[in-house]
Amino acid sequence: MNNINLNKNNTNLFKLDFADERVDGADKVTGKAKYTAEYNLPNMAYGVFVTSTIAKGTIKNIDTAKALSSPGVLDVIYYANCPSVPGYLTNAAERPKNVSEWRGHKVLYDNQVRFFGQPIALIVADSLENANAAIRLVRAEYESQAFETNFDVVRKDPAKLKGTVAYKRGTENAFKSAPVFVEAEYAIPAEVHLPMEMHASIAFWEGEDKVTLYDKTQGPKSTQTSIARTFGLQDKNVRVIAENVGGGFGSGLRSWANVPAAVIAAKKLNRPVKIVLTRPQMFSLVGYRPQSWQKIGIGADASGRFIGITHEAISGTSRYEDFREGIVNVSKFLYASENVDTKYSLLPLDMSTPVWMRGPGEATGSYGLESAIDELSYKLKMDPIELRLKNFTTINPENKMSFSDINLKDCYAYGQEKIGWKNRPSTPGTLKENGWLIGYGMANGVFGAGKGSASVRALLNKEGKLTLECAVSDMGPGTTTSMTIIAANAMQMPIEKVKFKLGDSDLPPGPSQGGSGTTSTVGSAVDLACSTLKQNLKDLAIKLAPAFANLKSDALDVKNEMVLAIADPNIKITIVDLLQLSPDKQLDLTIASSGKTAEQLKFTSNSFSSHYVKVAVNPKDGTIKILQVVTTGDAGKIISPKTARSQMIGGVVGGIGMALTEQLEMDHVSGQIINASFGAYHVPLHSQIPPTDVWFVDKPDVNMNSIGAKGIGEIALIGFAAAVTNAVYNATGKRVRDLPITPAKLGFKAKA
Amino acid sequence: MNPCQFDGARRGFFKKSAAVAALYLTPSVLVKTFAADSLVPMPIAKENLKFILNGKPVALEIDARTTMLNLLREEIGYTGTKKGCEMGQCGACTIHVNGKRIKSCTQLALNHQNNQITTIEGLAKGDQLHPMQAAFLKNDAFQCGYCTSGQIMSAVACVREGKATSRTSIQAYMDTNICRCGAYQNIVDAIVEVAKSGAKI
Ligand code: FES
Ligand code: FES
Repeated sequence: MNNINLNKNNTNLFKLDFADERVDGADKVTGKAKYTAEYNLPNMAYGVFVTSTIAKGTIKNIDTAKALSSPGVLDVIYYANCPSVPGYLTNAAERPKNVSEWRGHKVLYDNQVRFFGQPIALIVADSLENANAAIRLVRAEYESQAFETNFDVVRKDPAKLKGTVAYKRGTENAFKSAPVFVEAEYAIPAEVHLPMEMHASIAFWEGEDKVTLYDKTQGPKSTQTSIARTFGLQDKNVRVIAENVGGGFGSGLRSWANVPAAVIAAKKLNRPVKIVLTRPQMFSLVGYRPQSWQKIGIGADASGRFIGITHEAISGTSRYEDFREGIVNVSKFLYASENVDTKYSLLPLDMSTPVWMRGPGEATGSYGLESAIDELSYKLKMDPIELRLKNFTTINPENKMSFSDINLKDCYAYGQEKIGWKNRPSTPGTLKENGWLIGYGMANGVFGAGKGSASVRALLNKEGKLTLECAVSDMGPGTTTSMTIIAANAMQMPIEKVKFKLGDSDLPPGPSQGGSGTTSTVGSAVDLACSTLKQNLKDLAIKLAPAFANLKSDALDVKNEMVLAIADPNIKITIVDLLQLSPDKQLDLTIASSGKTAEQLKFTSNSFSSHYVKVAVNPKDGTIKILQVVTTGDAGKIISPKTARSQMIGGVVGGIGMALTEQLEMDHVSGQIINASFGAYHVPLHSQIPPTDVWFVDKPDVNMNSIGAKGIGEIALIGFAAAVTNAVYNATGKRVRDLPITPAKLGFKAKA
Repeated sequence: MNPCQFDGARRGFFKKSAAVAALYLTPSVLVKTFAADSLVPMPIAKENLKFILNGKPVALEIDARTTMLNLLREEIGYTGTKKGCEMGQCGACTIHVNGKRIKSCTQLALNHQNNQITTIEGLAKGDQLHPMQAAFLKNDAFQCGYCTSGQIMSAVACVREGKATSRTSIQAYMDTNICRCGAYQNIVDAIVEVAKSGAKI
């Protein structure tokens, strides 16, 4: 067993025996890494929410007297005594100039209840125990109103839908004219992100107009902006720190009730206030993947060429806010089809607002489309991979631009071989192993690959150590590690001498971590900062080191911590020596990298995935076991193979939950969530995880960005649930069109 | 307990203009006190607690309602032990008590008079990572790292208790520990590696 030496002088970066570990990994295995709730500030008070016990209505009164007389309770903040918040004003004319309206539920603001479990008061006490003990002492009296939470019922009334957006290319409903077609409905329940770290905020006013916030956020800059705009503060007076983020999967892409509540309470009490949500609150207060219904019609000629795709979808949102995602988009561009028409509507319900969850939009849409294609393949009596190959395109049929790169064919080849596709029965329900029905399924995933703007500071100090800074966050994919690798590669210097700092809005602006854009956006900025740094080093050498005096900078190279002449490696100077000669004894620069260049904009960029699953179904009771998974990714160059593999494995685990167990359940009589715990909402556990093989095309997408890398966070999950349902159909001949797949849906009755 | 001074607090976040601020007061609602019912504020019981934490004696006076998890995180400042649910359902809070793993959120701290408690902070020997920590690092057995302390504490117990005999037996033992990032496969790889190495843990 290898032991690792911990270098005491450097608490964040340990010297490692192995080359490819996460650079912040040692902090995580030793418990040193600090997450939001783990900062303890002097005189800190604890805030806990009292939540509504009705789904909709008006609070007639709240009795806080008993709670206020409970030991240690400092305050009970609710609509009647909440300090006025400028961003809570709905009338734009009344809001000061630098203020924008808070998006979403305005916590502690008014006496309206919009969903069951909505925070109606915040108890602040000197200890967590004292705060918790007072919750039951707060009494609210309501006047409740009729509400709607039942998606399946309400969606059938067209008058209840809103925000319909339609798209048409060619002929509408063209699939119906095809010799072979399928038309089917697919349903996905609401699913919840449930990162292991619960959302938390600690707010601390450092002055009248200056607040510091430790917050579980995927975007320190976006949280900074939203708090500054809501409270009428200057951006520079709002500091948001999110050094380590314990997962997010989208729930940290916006600020929820805990954030303004902590800021309000800290101001009102003039001391730091910490609010940590409870696990049940994680089901209702920080978003979820909206419940959805889709109808897909897809038709092909006898050779398998698609004639038309019609994709209709409805997804849930809250009554007070519209949340929409790109559910039908995948049908427009992944496969060649002349005729495509789509329609997407929202269904407002008396629930809290959903938010992007891993693979937003596409995870839902791909489940429908990739299931429908599988159904069509059986009707055509054609292998589903062959059917996809028949409709493969290198031109995005929606915008008619070339994909910057697409290598799905390589994924098909690898996936088929590795999963043992040749053993797949072409007639479902005909293969058995050890008495279990066996099936194989596959499905594709796709997600847009973006590149946005980011700034990076690069500081090369007199010891030759490089520090890079950007206000991005790392919720787990390994951004710190990837950025360190990109910089070490660009500078051709040892990785131990590079440090990447993130998770603080005081650092140069970076994007929120979401939509699989971090590596591309921040990585490009890091790459640009390093090439600028190299140029500066070359210029310095020419100017200050006599041996270089007659050389041009393009005749020089920077590597192995030296500047050297390409033609004559004997002409060299170490970076440390060179910096000694310079006036500042260091180089310190901040660069801004913008979105795609004109050249890159000539292409349309996506990451692609293709998933392969082998399942076994017990013919006696319908138990479903996933025996083996092969997942392949086409996402340009893989910067950090180890963490990228983990991300893909994680997507498979999320996909297994989506396919087999995850479902937010509501009681429509009371309007409340009834499975708000890990005991009742089942996320995948150790023993549900099959051996998973990960493979990447790993080829730089040179039309995408300077580093050739695209994101993988979303494609890891997108399409996976369809691969499972397709495999279950192949095993049993039963097509489950509403997730999750359960033995009951396969026709097995639960034991009495 | 004194209710807060509403007037002062209601100044709100408008600094510049008092006239503007006056417009924005939230609607005032008459607060009516309910008739007495059975729920009453409870006095806090303070108790003395002594135990051994990662080999060092600890003696404190604590609120009797404090769980072991909250004592570690909020009072002692050992935040390596994580809170993932406070319902005994996720394993993030796993620690060792007298060598056996427990979920510290399910236990009142007072249940642990004179017990030997080991947390994630107590595994590394000075500069040397514990073999399980090193194996987690090497196998990338985590992403966000939040479930990791609990996974490692369970993993150590798994090997010590002789339950790491096959991948299946490891998975069954480790089902107590949720990883929402989905690092399960790598976690089992790490445990297999440590079990096979025969390292003394
Ligand atoms: S926090 Fe103890 S089991 Fe989840
Ligand atoms: S590593 Fe994130 S929950 Fe396990």
